[in-house]
Order: sequence, then C-alpha cells, then structure tokens
Amino acid sequence: MMTIENEIPYSQEKIRNDFPILSLKIHGKSLVYLDNAATTQKPNAVLNAQDIYYREQNSNIHRGVHYLSEVATFEYEKARGKVKNFINAADSKEIIFTAGTTASINLVAHSFGKTFLTAGDEVIISAMEHHSNIVPWQMICEEQGAILRVIPMNDDGELLLDEFKKMLSSKTKLVSVVYISNSLGTINPVKKIIDLAHHAGAKVLIDGAQAVAHIAVNVRELDCDFFAFSGHKIFSPTGIGILYGKTDLLDQMKPYQGGGDMIRSVTFEKTTFNDLPYKFEAGTPNIAGGIGLGAAVDYVNTIGIDAITEYEHSLLLYGTEVLQQVNGLRIIGTAKEKAGVISFVLENAHPHDIGTILDREGIAIRTGHHCTQPVMQRFGIPATARASISIYNNREEFDMLVRGLEKVKEIFG
Amino acid sequence: MSELNELYQQLILEHNKSPRNFKKLELYTHDADGYNPLCGDHYHVWLKLDGDTITDIGFQGSGCAISKSSASMMTAAIKGSTVQEAKKLFEKFHTVILTKIGDTISEENIEELGSLGALAGVREFPARIKCASLAWHALNAALTKKDKSISTETEKN
Repeated sequence: MMTIENEIPYSQEKIRNDFPILSLKIHGKSLVYLDNAATTQKPNAVLNAQDIYYREQNSNIHRGVHYLSEVATFEYEKARGKVKNFINAADSKEIIFTAGTTASINLVAHSFGKTFLTAGDEVIISAMEHHSNIVPWQMICEEQGAILRVIPMNDDGELLLDEFKKMLSSKTKLVSVVYISNSLGTINPVKKIIDLAHHAGAKVLIDGAQAVAHIAVNVRELDCDFFAFSGHKIFSPTGIGILYGKTDLLDQMKPYQGGGDMIRSVTFEKTTFNDLPYKFEAGTPNIAGGIGLGAAVDYVNTIGIDAITEYEHSLLLYGTEVLQQVNGLRIIGTAKEKAGVISFVLENAHPHDIGTILDREGIAIRTGHHCTQPVMQRFGIPATARASISIYNNREEFDMLVRGLEKVKEIFG
Repeated sequence: MSELNELYQQLILEHNKSPRNFKKLELYTHDADGYNPLCGDHYHVWLKLDGDTITDIGFQGSGCAISKSSASMMTAAIKGSTVQEAKKLFEKFHTVILTKIGDTISEENIEELGSLGALAGVREFPARIKCASLAWHALNAALTKKDKSISTETEKN
C-alpha cells in the first residue's frame, strides 16, 4: 500500500542517540515526540555546550578585562557569527540576540513603528499568523494611528497573492508574514511576497520560527528586511532568539529597550547609543542560550539542512498518507507547499480528548488553537490536533500515532 | 487503559454525545461566559431564577468531552435547586476533582455528587481538571454577577 520508499539520507539511529530525552518512557511507553512545532528536543552537543559554559566559562560579557569574561565574550560572539553564516547575513552586526521570535517581532514593531509609522500608514500581515505576529502590530498601529490589513487565504491554507497585490500601495510601510505556518504547515511564497512588497516601497519581516530548523534560509537571497526566529525551535535552549535586520534599517531605527550594553555614554543630560548589534541588546543577555544556539547551528550543519528538508518531506508524505486512512480524520491545511506540520480533526472526538488518550500511549502532540485563533475561525473549528515533525522522528512513530488514534475511536466511536 | 476508562466512563461519553439542557434560554435572569484562553473551550451558561430557585438552566458552546459532559451534568443536577444548594454542590465537586492523586476520596463524598461523581477520574489528569470545572466557574460568575466573563486561568490546581 505504501508507495513511498523507506530510505533516509542519514542514520536515524545515530540522530536519535544524540537526543537523550528520546529514550524516556512516558506512562510506561516509549516516548513518541511529535510536538516539534511547539519546541524541539535538545541534542547532547547543545546540552554539553551549555554545561561547559556554566562550569568553565561563566562570566559576564563585553565588560570584564579578566580571563573568563574574555572567554565568555569570545564564545558568545562566535555563536553570533555562526548564526550569521547559517542564514547568510552580510555582517554579524545584523544578528541581534533576543529572547525569541516574539521578542524579535516586538522589537521591530516598536522600533520600526516608532521611527517610520505615522497616521494613515498601513501594515500588512496574513490570515495565518501566530498571535505573536498579530498583537504587536495591533498595539503599534493603534499607538501610531496606522491601519492593519490582513492577506486572506483559501480553503487549503494558501495565501491569496492577488488580494495581497491589491492591498499594496504607497501607504504600505511594512509587511510581516510567516514563512511556515505553525498550525497549517503551509510554506508561504515569501520570496514573491518580498519582491511585491519592495516594488511598492514597503519593508518586509519574515517570521521564520517554523522555518529555520527545516529549510535552508538565505536572508540575502530572500532580500527580506527582517527575519525573526527562536532558538528553542532549532534544538537550542528556550529564552534565546534572533532578529536579523538590514544594517541601514537597524541604524535608522530607535532603540527598543534602554540599559547596559546598548549605550556608548551616559550622562544625566544625554545618552548616546552603542553601535549595532548592541544598540538593541540592553542588559545582560542569555549567554548560555546564545552559545547553545551556536552549538545547535553546528549540529544542523553536520547533518545538512538540505538533507533534513528532504527527510522531513518524505516523512510528511508518509504521515499524511497513513493519517488520511484513519476513518473520520480530516487534515486541516492542505497547501501544495507544506512542511512537516499535520493538523487534523477527528469525527466525534475533540482534540483535547485525543491528546489525553495519545499521551497515555506515550505520544506527545499539541492540541488546541496553536496561538492562531483567526486560523481556527477561518476553518470554523475550535481547535485541532497537531503532529509536527523533526529530524529524529520516523515512520514507525506515525504508525504508532495511527494505532493511538484507533484507541481514540474505540472510546469515542 | 484503566485510568483512561475511569476518565472516559460511559456516562461521560453519553453526556458528551447528547448534552442535557444544551440550549440558549430566551428568558433568563443570569448568564455568564466560561472561557479557557489556552485551549479555546468556550461555554455560555444561562439561568432563570425564581426567587432563590433555579427554575431553568441552559448552556451552549464547544469544548472537549470532559468540559461538555461536566456542563451537561451540572445543568441536570442543579435545575430545580436553590442557589445555596448549587453553590454547595460546586464546592463538593471542586473538592473532589482537586483531591491530589494518591489521596483518597471518601465514597460518601463521591456519592453526594450523584452522577457527577463520574468525573472524579479527572483528578488523575491534572491538565484536564480545568476542563471539568469550566462550566461551573461560569455558573458561579453568573450567580455572583461579579463579572460576567470568567476565565479558567485563575484556577488553582
């Protein structure tokens, strides 16, 4: 029945051994972790890098003249360089460490908004945004008297680019769209969106939270003005993230938060601000998190992001095929271009009940609205169950998911 | 599967499939929203009070089997009772579902709950306790009329 070849481009066993948590038993069953769109698990390489930092390098950065401070600064800045190469930014100063995607978007909403948005200007987002790419824009638009507009989507969960084209005008100052939808799996044609927006004179932010661990990101090829992502969705600790921004824009933008590290000189009369990227990095950062992110980038590079894309795509096809055979199951998000996110609803069983029953089988999935309530409203459903893939998942786990769903059906009929 | 069977008893599944009093009241004296912003479960509860007696009650909305069956059983249990009786039942129900795993609940306590005792199994599933109490919080909000919209995010487990 299965038409998909059972080949993987690298050793699954080796990859799984890199993630110690995968050997856990949950309720007596082997853990099947299919909640990677929420957060990914951490490989030994990342755990070790953090451990070494706290045991052998811990110190504050950019301050001390002592040995440990120099080592910590070196390691932290090295991680910044790794991220720069990973997304192909032009310069390390375009890589700003933040607390995560949400913090990155809030930074742009605030700083870009306060600098460039005036009454009557327009900001465009899409119908499939995470709440973190909706609410910051609502807040700044209200403050600046700007208007927020939304690109609609079709029933497959694909953005309507013709509608987007009609929205663009000289009033459009910024377009902020998600690269890969966390609730539908849609891979948006961001290159096309960026080109169209630029043609109208607007800047573009790409929410890359669900993209970085799954597809190659090249910010210069995309020509996006900003790119935001979280470390924890690419095998790193929580509380660390990245905002990439083009130098000329970041230079013009007002600082976001005030504090240490972001200043050049302070008197009670006047403060001058530091250069990029430090202008946007007030306060002692998550140093261990940054170093962990650097280690995660190295880890992804050893496997190869293209190999990851290929493997996850074949797993997506397999997962989609076996899930579609479950009676009464309907997949939400059927775009032609999709990443490893499968949202679904099951006849007679609410997603939360599905989640509880699967949990007892050791299977971790996400249930609910996935912080995308407008997407749920668009599809007329209160919630979905969502299985999301990472490199350590395999076909056997989807078979177990299907068996778990059969148990749900035994209970709910 | 034993804990799951305990959670998803026939009575709960039956109330989920055919909820009682699943209607909007045209004439009502009290009402409130029950909403869990984290999961999206959402119910509205309407009450008609005659003096101190709950003469009619209805609810509508969507959510999981636990929240819906709990709402359904709640409406069946308190229709015809006084406000004090309803509040007392809520307290008893709350005590049972919040009893820590491992601590024993007396048979008497469960018996006092009548069919609602079927929901006692929810305490084995801490993430689901607020599903079971959602409609009750809405009922409480409607009766006290402090704030018409309540949220389960103040729930203490």
